[in-house]
Parts: sequence; C-alpha cells; structure tokens
Amino acid sequence: MLLTVDHKTRYFYDQPVRGVVQSHRLMPSVFEGQRMRRWKVSVSDGQMGGGFRDGAGDWVQGWTVLGPVSEITVHVSGEIETTDLAGVLRGHKEIVPSECYLRFTRPTEADAGLVALADGVNPASDALAAAHELSARVSQAIAYTPGATDAHTTAAEALAKGEGVCQDHAHALIAVARHLGLPARYVSGYLLVGHDGAPHEAAHAWAEVHIAGLGWVGFDPANRCCPDDRYIRLGSGLDSGNAAMIRGIARSQGEESLDVSVTVAQVQTQSQTQQ
Amino acid sequence: MTSYFNEMYQGTSVRAPYARLQDWMQAMPAELRQMKQAEAEALFRRIGITFAVYGEGGDPDRLIPFDMFPRVFSGTEWARLERGIKQRARALNAFLVDVYGRGEIVRAGRIPARLVYLNEAYEKAVAGFVPPKGVYSHIVGIDLVRTGPDEFFVLEDNCRTPSGVSYMLENREIMMRMFPDLFRENRIEPVDRYPEILRRTLASVAPQKCDREPTVVILTPGHFNSAYYEHSFLADLMGVELVEGQDLFVEGEFVFMRTTEGPRRVDVIYRRIDDAFIDPLCFRPDSMLGVPGLMDVYRSGGVSICSAPGAGVADDKAVYTYVPDMIRFYLGEEPILQNVPTWQCGKAEDLKYVLAHLNELVVKEVHGSGGYGMLVGPKATQDQVELFRARITANPGNYIAQPTLALSTTPTFVAEGIAPRHVDLRPYCLVGERIELVPGGLTRVALTEGSLVVNSSQGGGVKDTWVLAE
Repeated sequence: MLLTVDHKTRYFYDQPVRGVVQSHRLMPSVFEGQRMRRWKVSVSDGQMGGGFRDGAGDWVQGWTVLGPVSEITVHVSGEIETTDLAGVLRGHKEIVPSECYLRFTRPTEADAGLVALADGVNPASDALAAAHELSARVSQAIAYTPGATDAHTTAAEALAKGEGVCQDHAHALIAVARHLGLPARYVSGYLLVGHDGAPHEAAHAWAEVHIAGLGWVGFDPANRCCPDDRYIRLGSGLDSGNAAMIRGIARSQGEESLDVSVTVAQVQTQSQTQQ
Repeated sequence: MTSYFNEMYQGTSVRAPYARLQDWMQAMPAELRQMKQAEAEALFRRIGITFAVYGEGGDPDRLIPFDMFPRVFSGTEWARLERGIKQRARALNAFLVDVYGRGEIVRAGRIPARLVYLNEAYEKAVAGFVPPKGVYSHIVGIDLVRTGPDEFFVLEDNCRTPSGVSYMLENREIMMRMFPDLFRENRIEPVDRYPEILRRTLASVAPQKCDREPTVVILTPGHFNSAYYEHSFLADLMGVELVEGQDLFVEGEFVFMRTTEGPRRVDVIYRRIDDAFIDPLCFRPDSMLGVPGLMDVYRSGGVSICSAPGAGVADDKAVYTYVPDMIRFYLGEEPILQNVPTWQCGKAEDLKYVLAHLNELVVKEVHGSGGYGMLVGPKATQDQVELFRARITANPGNYIAQPTLALSTTPTFVAEGIAPRHVDLRPYCLVGERIELVPGGLTRVALTEGSLVVNSSQGGGVKDTWVLAE
C-alpha cells in the first residue's frame, strides 16, 4: 500500500520562550514491511542537531530552537510503501537484547488485576498463541473510549476503569506479556484510518511481543488485529514515554499548549486502481 | 578468636615499610601528638574539606576524622596491586563495551542475561554505542582489603563516579605540611600528579566531532551535594570549569556553556550526576540537574560524558561475582586480585546457606552503598539478624552475602595512645587512551575498636597512604 502522511504538531507558549530542545523519533523504521519514498521532518525556526540510529533500530534526531519564540511547528510529511507482514517485524536491525524488554516501568506494572487477566495463559507451549490470547483479552477488558484516560494513566488504572485508548491497550498488553516472561514493548506510529467508522486516531500506538524463533511481532489490541500495511512504524520503547515520537523541553516559566493534526491517506496507484 | 594481620608488626618485629615510622612514633610525646592533631583539624577546617553524612542528620559540615599515622606499602607490594587494579579496570571496560554491543559474554553463557539486561543500571539508550577509545568507566575506584602479607581481596568496584580522591590529595598535603621531616627521611611516591593525569585522561576521550584541544568541564549537582567540595577542588586543580546543569545548553549538534564572554563549546563532561538525572529528554523527565538534549549530542559524537552513561552495570554487586570470569574471558589472564567469595541470595542453594549462617556473614543490598542496608553478622544483635532474615526472605535477589573478612590493621592514634584499627583501600585507576594509577589511594580506617565498617558515613576516618619508592 502506498501511504502519505502529514503530521503537524504545534506548540503554543503563553509567554515567549528562550529556547526549545527536542528529541524526535519521527523517521519510519527500516524493515521489510516499509519502503520510504520521501520523508521530511521540519521544525519552524529550528536547527537540526545530532542524529543517530539507536540500539533498538530507531532514528533519533535532536533539534533546537533558539528563542524568543511563542510558537513552533513540527511538520512531518512523507510517502511510504507498506507491505503486510502479518505483524512480523522482519528484517529490522537492532542490537538491544530482547531481555531488556522484560523490565517493568510505572505505566506497565502488572498489578493483581492484570495478573488475573493473564490467568491460565501459558506461553511455554505456544508463545504466539499466548500473545494472541493476551491481546484478545486486553481488547475485551478495555473498551475504546476516547477521553476516558490521560497520558499518565497506567495499565492497571485503565484496566480497573475498563476504558481507555490505544496507549492504554498497548500498556496493558505489555504488562501481561512481561508478567508471563514474554518481552514486550511499546510502538508508536501512524495508522490509515479506515472507512469502517472506527474512530481511532491516525497517530497510533500498539505493542510488540518477542516470540522466540519469530522475533518481534506486533499486536494492536485497540483494533483487534496485528499491524498490516495500514500501519507505519516509527519507534519503540519500554512504554509510551520511552517510545515517544517527540520529547521536548522549552526554556520558560510559562504554560504550553499543543495542537496535533495527523492525516494518513492512501495513494491510489496504477496497479491498485486496475485491481 | 580471629587473628588480624597487622601491617606494621609481625610479632614483635617491625615490617620493613614501617621501619622509619617506629622511631617517629616513639619520639612523639602525647602532648605533641595532641597539638599536631589539633593542627591537622584546623588545617582541614581552613581548607573547607567536610563530608555531609547521608540520612544521619546532625552537622552536615562535620569533618571526616583524619588519622596522622600513615598507612604504608612497599614498592613491591604496590607493583602487584597496580597490575591487579589495571587488569580489573581493563576487564570492566571490555565488559561494558561488550554488553552494550554484541554481548559475547552472555552468548557464551559466562554470565546470566537477566543479571545484565534486567539490571536497573543497564541503559538501553546507549546500546550499540562505543564511546571514544572504547572506555565507559574513566575513573575506576576499586575497594580493596588486606588479610595477610600477600592476600588482597576486592570488596567492590566503583565504575560510575567514585568519590574520595580529594582526601587522598589533602591527606598528603596536610601530612607534608605537618611532618616535613618524615618526607625527607622516607622516599614516598608523590600523588600530586593525579589532577593532571585526570585532565589528560578526560581530554584523551574527546568526542569524534572534536577537532581541536578539547574543553573539559566538571558537571556537579550543586553545592548541596555531599561531594561538592571535591567537585570544586578537582576543577581548581585541573584548571577546568565547574558547572551545573543550568550552565550548559544544547544548540544544534553541540553542548555549550554560558560564560561571561559568551557561549563556549564543551567537549568532555566529567559528570558527578547519576545517569537518571543527566538529560530529562532521555531519562527522568523531572530532573532539573541535567542538560536537555545532552544524550542526543552524546550519541551523535558531539560530546563525551565521563563516566559513560550505562557504566553502572559493571559495578553492580551481583555482577561483581563475575569479574574474575570477565578477566579470563576478555583478557585471557588469571585474575591477580581475588574476589571475596560471594553468595547470591537469588540462587536457592546460596540462600539456604546464607540464612543458616547469618551470624557469621556480612549481608549487603545489591544496589546499596555507603555501608547502609548492611548486616555484619558477628557484630549484630539477634533482632538485627532476624530483621535481615525477614528482608532477605522477602526479596532474596536484592541481597548478597560474604564471609566476615579479617581486615588488616594499622597503628592508629586513639585516645589511649596508639592502637591497631582496621583499614581498607580505594585506589583510583584512570582509563583513557592509557591506563594510569597514581601510587596511593584513600585508606579508610574504622576508628571504633573492633569495628570492621570503614565507611566515612559510619564513623570511619582517613589516613595518608604511602607507597615507598624501591
């Protein structure tokens, strides 16, 4: 599938700030499921800083903005060809050992509720089936309800509430997988939102579980599926904070507000229109 | 009754390195000694060297007690220690490069994957990165104890930012001022080259993008930190700037410091701040001590950070057990310095042994430091032992145990005169383009009679440490 992305994040400061420093994970992952055609990230008034590919395979790029500024815009625009690999992250180069993703973090801590959710699932015989089962249980237990949770909600809290968004689904799946000894991580990216009425946002998050012999496999409990060619993968981490697309700090005393718009669209290619 | 190795006396005869101190000691009447002791204290006060004791309250500007009786090594004794210390520093750095790279030692089954990769000190953020010259730990403080003429054991390794080197330098300075004759009569190796070697070591690991004489700074958490004195002391002696996080900022691909003449690029940061606080964009987002964006500059070769983030995984107390294996694995050598036999309570068999022998063992928390969270079995009350039994049982993986070592003693000035007190040693090995060790270190002494705990936070004192020229 050929997809285009247009992603604008605008930061507004109520008082002009002296400067902004950001760290981005905004480049598409390099693996067999994605072939980048064009991709551009810009920051208004920004100076590009150091960039590098980290041990998890993500391109991390630093940016700085010299103030005073009252507003900045981070703009991502690109075109990418995607292939459905049934969730398997094939051909992705990384050096971080999978064991690193067994570590619990605050949002992915497995409390009694999450432990109960994983009850009876045994990854020893068939880890892949176990991961599917866990993903299904998370979808079942947490209803997609925008606004029910916030950025700081933990997996345990979302489960107790029975409501959440993709971030909560991903955290919950990570928590139960790690609890059963399966390395799991948070993935941030984009999703082509279908015409099926699913109100999910185009800036999306899901989880990956490490299956011995197969490697990392994506699961999206929010959409009850594995990532396919509608998904664009950008980066990963232990949890949402660790995998954030944009991390930044403004040198100021004032308040910051944010406006995000993301459009993911399918480009009708010759071959597809002929089908 | 345990017997302890006395570093000065063998029976009634005096061991060679201490020969000249015998006369010095006997020629000093009690009044002179008291006068000198008062003089030493006044000097320390004037210099401003004090030590804040964590969590104990009381006077934060309390002086660390200084004992005037030097601790002495012969040149031959030191030569062996030096080989052993450098060997260990090389192996620890090889381990760090490896576990942030391909992890050969884990793949070879020589150390459990979980111990390394699930370790709190393992920083996923630096996996795949090899710091300049392949060095993660630039200042390795190795805590040693002695139990016999040739028996030395490593108690622990400190690969992050070992403190205390200012005492090594100040103790010498004060001894030379008070007893100049002693330094004329004995051929004592100097330690005052340490700051210059440290500066050279730091400059030798300048980052990839640095194409000029590197600018080195010391990054301190600030004056409320208990080791702030040491930070400013070292900055002075090296002739480099002492900065706090707010003095530094990232612009583009580099880190700059604010100066009165405008921003100045910084190439090497000797940080005395923990990993978790150095960059709120990469680690703890609530940190006010660090520099936002620092890690991106670091990873893209714009600045060097010493010790390198992630170095702590090598000095974890559970990883410690495997250092002799590291030496064999990476260097193909036999360890010159021995480890203390260690039981890991995380292992079922070890746990059983430890719980059955709590009265004989020293129990430590895996991540503890400063002598806190520690049980010295033979000295503990039954209540303390039972408290630890409960703690260990609740979280075995958090504890290790070691036999109570018969720490050597050296003569020490005490209220009643001169008496043997237990000592340890922390030398500071510098690793950059070269590996260097100044002949000396920090000797800590347990001033309480019979005590084996030398930590300055638990009533320990310090001594000047001599290495005699051959």
